[in-house]
Formats: sequence, C-alpha cells, structure tokens
Amino acid sequence: MQDNPQPEQILDIAIAHLRDNVLPTLSGRAVFDMRVTISALELVRRSIALTPESDAAERERLAALLGQDGDLEALNRALCERIASGALDLQTPGLAAHLRATALEKLAVDQPNYSAYRRAQQNQ
Amino acid sequence: MSATGIEIDKLNALAPKLALGGRSVFELKRLSGGASQETWSFKLATPEGESRLILRRAPDSATARTLAISLETEARLMRMAGEAGVPSPRVLHVLAPEEGLGGGFFMAHVDGEALGGKIVRDAAFADARPKLARQCGEILARIHALAPPADLPVSGAAHSIDELERVHREENWPRPVFELAFRWLRENTPTDAPLKLVHGDFRNGNLLIGADGVRAVLDWELAHVGDPMQDLGWLCVNSWRFGEIDKPVGGFGQRADLFAGYEAASGVAVDPARVRFWEVLGVLRWGVICTMSTNVLRGPGPFAVDRPMIARRASETELDLLDLLEAR
Repeated sequence: MQDNPQPEQILDIAIAHLRDNVLPTLSGRAVFDMRVTISALELVRRSIALTPESDAAERERLAALLGQDGDLEALNRALCERIASGALDLQTPGLAAHLRATALEKLAVDQPNYSAYRRAQQNQ
Repeated sequence: MSATGIEIDKLNALAPKLALGGRSVFELKRLSGGASQETWSFKLATPEGESRLILRRAPDSATARTLAISLETEARLMRMAGEAGVPSPRVLHVLAPEEGLGGGFFMAHVDGEALGGKIVRDAAFADARPKLARQCGEILARIHALAPPADLPVSGAAHSIDELERVHREENWPRPVFELAFRWLRENTPTDAPLKLVHGDFRNGNLLIGADGVRAVLDWELAHVGDPMQDLGWLCVNSWRFGEIDKPVGGFGQRADLFAGYEAASGVAVDPARVRFWEVLGVLRWGVICTMSTNVLRGPGPFAVDRPMIARRASETELDLLDLLEAR
C-alpha cells in the first residue's frame, strides 16, 4: 500500500501551481506550450478518476455483445473483425449503444469540452 | 522566433525581383513549419515605401513532400485561382534552383484572420459570418471550374478510402467505430462523380477572413483531381466548427447557403448525399490523421508537448462518426 497523499491530490497541487504561479510569468510560445502541458496533466487526472470504472463497464458490454471473454484489447479486436466482416452492424441490438457509450467514456477523459460530447450529455 | 536557417543576403539579392525597385529585406521572422517546409514573413523596402511578403519554401528541394504537391505547383494553382476570381494572395516570384534558397515561392501578405475559433466567435466577424457559407460555395464553384494541371495526382472516392485504410492499419489498434465507417463508406461510394480540380483542404483554418468576408484561400498542398463534392463535405467536418456545432459549414453557416452559392456560381446541382459521403470520409480522415501521432509517439523522442494531445483527439471523430452514421 502506497502512502498518502494519493496521486490525484499530488497532480491537483502540481496543476494548480503551473496554472496559478507559472503560466502568468510566461510569454510567447511558452504560454501555448504551458497551456497544452496543463491540459495534458488534467487529462491524466481525469483518466485516473474515470478509466478503471469505464474499462470494467466496456469489458462487460463487449463480453455480452460477443459472447466471449478476454482482455479489453482482445475483445475490441474481435469486435473489429465482426464489424469488418459484416457479422455485426448498427442494426445489431446493443452495438450502437455500446459504441456510443465507449465514445463518450473516451471523451470524458480526452476532451469533455468537445461540442459533440457536450451535446450528447445534454441529450441524455 | 529567430531568423536562423535562411540566408538574408540571398533574400536581399532577390529583392528587385519581388517588386519594382525592391531594395532590401527586413523584419524577417519564421511563422511556422516543420522539417520539410517553412513559412517566413518579412518586409520589403521599395521606393514607394514598404510592403509585407510571405515566403513558403522547402529549404532542401530534394525533401519531397509525400502527401502533397510541390510548392511550384501550389504557386501555379494560386495564380490560376486568383485569375479566375478566387480570393488569393498574389504570387510574386517562384524560386529558381540557382537562387540558392531551395524550392518555394513569394506571395503578398494578405490581412485577415485564419484562426477558426476567432472567426466563429469574435465580434469583429459578426457581420461577415452570415455571408461566409454562400461565399465559400461561390469560391468552390470557381475552383472546380479550373483546368487541373496535368501533373496533379488523381484521387477519387475509392482511392481515398484505400489510402485512409492503409494509414489506419499502421496504427494497429482496434477502433470499432472506424471499422463501421470504412464499411459504410465502401457500401456508399459514389460511382458517378465527375473528376475536377479539388482544393483538398478547404476548411475554416485555411481561409483568411476579414470583416468583409473571405479574403484569401490558402494551403493548396493537398490539391488533386477528384470528386468536387469532397471540398464541400470537408468544410462541414465538426472539428472545423470550433464548437459551433449547429453551424455545419465551418462553424459559421448553413449547408443551404453553401449549396445555393455553389449552384448559383457553377450552374451545377449539389448532390447532398455525396457531400454527406465526403463529410463522413472527412471525419474519418481527421481521425486517422490524429492516430498518426500515436505512431510518431512509438518512435524516438523528443516529442512536442502537444503531440499526445493530438493523438487523443481521435476519439472526437468516433463520436462524430456515430452521430453521422446513426442519423435518422
């Protein structure tokens, strides 16, 4: 067992420092690069919070859709093969809902401000 | 930004070729560019005063651009487009090998905004925005009416899908939504499309916009011969709407205005189904381009800090593809 503080809190403090104390001192290209750096750390922060649960949910949906077990990558490769062969398509019960749920889980980490993600959240 | 990497004395020697009585070059700065291509901005002193110029060049002309046409061809297309009424920067001089600066061309600087986020939101463009979709339609009609130079690559729908799939396979990462999109594209490939000169990267971000509307069309490097509806579809890709999701044309306008402008200027009816096909292909294309960054990240560093963030933008295209493919 690792000691406290937990990675989330360590990251939060580092991000706050960069945003509040470092960013205001920069100029030119360094401002852009620091903004991107902060965004990258915030992405990691969201991933720590969200990915364990979303990976488990995705694996459960894939196992039900495909009727087989395996790790996430293997299940996704199997799904790709069945879509490419035409065995599964958007008319297949559950496929569209699974793909949409997975896309939203990715965007919740990657880009929660993306317009189509925000629209999907409003429509839910 | 420094001016290292270009010989100022060679630029000065060219000054008389850039403008009548051109004397010397100053305020030289590099705007952008990677290993194979650079964009420079500078001022030129002439008897009438000073003017601002842009140089696009490949320092080592042997560095062939794999996906893109040569800068010389790009200059030729910009001249042709300008003569046909497409808003274009004036091309002033095309570099010759003996001038010692590599390949490329000089053009007049055009005042305007190219940043998509500003164009769709800033108050300065509030009056221009409602006109832009129709203007884009008119401009594309003029581009598609140009006679394509014989050395332009030909790439229709089927070839574009093959190329995308080849690049997608290089990522070797399962993306079920991309598989679905490839299948849909293969089942819905237009077979009756004419072959015309296509700009290839006509989108918000490659247009210089002023308060009066489109001032210049930039970045012809992906020009080819293909289905003209490709340019209309690419302009509607959600990633170029910069958050303005309900304005499908570049985040500033509606499809009806784009199509009306195109039809008025070309006399050719727009096929909305073909435009939609190219929008789907365009979204997938942007997604595949994002995944190319994951391939870069498997190689040796150092990496630009935004590289992983570009790679992680592939997921935005997965949701956009589902929105398009599931649309009732």
